[in-house]
Amino acid sequence: MANNDDLSYNAEPLYAAREPIHPKAIHGRFRRFKNIVLLVAYGFFFLLPWIRWDRGVGPDQAVMFDIPSRRYYLFDLVIHPQDMFLLAGFLILAAWLLFFVTGLVGRAFCGYFCFQTLWTDLFMKVEALVQGDRNKRLRLEKQPWNVEKLTKKGLTVAIWTVIAFWTGFTFTSYWADAPQLFVDFFTGDAVKAAYITTGILTATTLIFAGFAREQVCIYMCPYARFQSVMFDKETLVVSYDAKRGEGEAGRAPLKQGLKTLEERHAQGVGDCIDCNLCVQVCPTGIDIRDGLQLECISCGLCIDACDEIMTKRGWPTGLIRYASELELETGEKPNLLKFRTIGYGLATFAATVLLLYGIFARAPADVSVQQVRQPLFTVMASGEIQNNYNVKINNKLQEELDFRLAVEGLPDAKVSVVGDFEGLSVPADSSRKFLVHVRARPESGVERKDLEFVLTEEDGRIEPLEHDATFVFR
Amino acid sequence: MSQQTENKKGQVETTGHVWDGDLREYNNPLPRWWLWAFYVTIVFSVVYWILYPAWPYGDSYTKGISTVEYTVEGEDGQEKTVSEPWNTRALFTRDMQSSPSALAQQEWVGKVKDMSFEAIEQDPDTLQFAMSVGHVTFGDYCAACHGAGGQGKVGAYPNLADNAWLYGNSYETIVNKIHNGIQGMMPAQNVPEDTIDDLSKYVLSLSGNAEVSGEAASRGKQAFASCAGCHGANGKGNEALGAPNLTDAIWGVADVPGCGDDVGCKVDEINYVVNNGIQRQMPGFGDRLSETQIRMLAIYVRQLGGN
Repeated sequence: MANNDDLSYNAEPLYAAREPIHPKAIHGRFRRFKNIVLLVAYGFFFLLPWIRWDRGVGPDQAVMFDIPSRRYYLFDLVIHPQDMFLLAGFLILAAWLLFFVTGLVGRAFCGYFCFQTLWTDLFMKVEALVQGDRNKRLRLEKQPWNVEKLTKKGLTVAIWTVIAFWTGFTFTSYWADAPQLFVDFFTGDAVKAAYITTGILTATTLIFAGFAREQVCIYMCPYARFQSVMFDKETLVVSYDAKRGEGEAGRAPLKQGLKTLEERHAQGVGDCIDCNLCVQVCPTGIDIRDGLQLECISCGLCIDACDEIMTKRGWPTGLIRYASELELETGEKPNLLKFRTIGYGLATFAATVLLLYGIFARAPADVSVQQVRQPLFTVMASGEIQNNYNVKINNKLQEELDFRLAVEGLPDAKVSVVGDFEGLSVPADSSRKFLVHVRARPESGVERKDLEFVLTEEDGRIEPLEHDATFVFR
Repeated sequence: MSQQTENKKGQVETTGHVWDGDLREYNNPLPRWWLWAFYVTIVFSVVYWILYPAWPYGDSYTKGISTVEYTVEGEDGQEKTVSEPWNTRALFTRDMQSSPSALAQQEWVGKVKDMSFEAIEQDPDTLQFAMSVGHVTFGDYCAACHGAGGQGKVGAYPNLADNAWLYGNSYETIVNKIHNGIQGMMPAQNVPEDTIDDLSKYVLSLSGNAEVSGEAASRGKQAFASCAGCHGANGKGNEALGAPNLTDAIWGVADVPGCGDDVGCKVDEINYVVNNGIQRQMPGFGDRLSETQIRMLAIYVRQLGGN
């Protein structure tokens, strides 16, 4: 039998309850940066739907994703269903940017920009405001359920719920006229989808940011898992300088004879005074001194914590810092201009340029001409041959366009539009379909001729639209 | 998680399972909420079974307690609400009656119903709607005979995509014909053997499909006198009777264009029609289509070929 000493079986359950994490508040560079990101991101997210915008046709909301009329409004940019490649382009850009940033500075998205991180951060601030900092919260946790605990916990959840609801409602208001939706929502007149969306988002925000928190990052988020493949030895990650912190004899708390760096170095003791502050501030409850871990969202708060202690002692900061694995092993500064970052950087740049080109080069209007194929041609009473064409004009501008139709390639052909319209007018931001009859005398030996449909805007507001077609004689 | 859970003695926990004497499984406990999420899915499925159709038994199945309501026209002509256990067919019926897109469509249908044909022709959007619905209705009810694009079939079904109209192309006529159907008929003619070729050649000459002159022409013209009752003395036809114009380029029954330049073939084609007559019938659709559907169909059909 194998040696059993290191493998013990005791009836521990296969399921473990989550240990609540109560991070200590900390000040510092990264905390400040996170606060700024939080403010800016929330400013955009919560205020955007309320900005009014004057446009010729469509809602007077600056940003609105109008599903029923199939338009996305982004200020003066109106995205139509046929512009959906722009969305694909935007997603490709986002992916490349993510790869680029991750290759360079690790999980920066997780730590600073991910909405799970932002909302968890805000909910923790609420918690700290109502229940006090880490120690008070830990004490409250141990208390029996008395009036104080009920009040504080209840108030926290109540504020969370309000924030969660406003988050859900704000998200919903991107899909409808925000002020109108606000009124309809509370008078019971809003569409069912608005209540369902708001309800689901209120619930998920409350559960994920209030209760699940780091569990989302550890167990649910696929991004946390696949990011590791984008890391290499030169990727900057939040890391503990173990060589400096542990020395030869390991870390040790401050005590008599180990108070200054000189005393400690003389005894081979490292610079880490084992104050555990880096563990206490960690929102995912890990010990960064154990090395790079899946749970680390790279938020930098442990750097702030350690720097604070080091500054207080008057020792050099940076015991915990952004450093690559290679740097920690050899002391070499990472080479940021490596093939991977340059490649991702170029791809990001190219995606940006293509996306911008796609936005600015969108045609203001387009036309499609489809020959009616059944029947391909018809003999008229006069002996002339008639071909029919479905002409669909799509006007993406905010003003009505009036076109004159000319068919080139058959000089003597008679062209008529069903409805006998003189000009083909297409209202602002919409499309119209016209049936066009083209009639021509048969020519001996000629089976088909190439046509060109030319639509000229009467006031020359846009370049003439052209489309090829074929005329079939027999 | 990346690390094995260690117990207080620094030992690694295992599940207690042992294979082959020494293979053990580390115990990395799942989060408890995960277990609860699993229970929630079980509760969800039970709720689902109660609400929706779920379990088969015998030749039936549990219907669930949720219902779908829609309206039907009762025998007394009154609309009444029907409630059925949840099923997708009832959902479809309900959506066709009251979904936002159905209501939007009904608004357009209302416009077509109330506007005059002339007004619809002047309004591009209503015209486009009527043409689209007309196209679909045509595909369902008319295309079986007249072809998907209204091209018909020579010798059997009239071509609706050209600009020749047996009964004229006023909207009133088209609506009337769709509503009531048509009996198209030309009696077989008893033309003597020695004149029929001349008659056919004369008919062909009316539209420039053959050249006849002299005695043959006058014999043909003479024989045509019995045709003139319907087709008119000059062969221009008669819309009231549905007698086609014989002087235009269109051949609906005798496949003259199919003969190319072979005059003998053309004559045979005409002879056949003269000897056998024509017996065609189109059923009326008044009991199958609503008046508004017929209106849209009329607009579509009339615009297929233009004027």
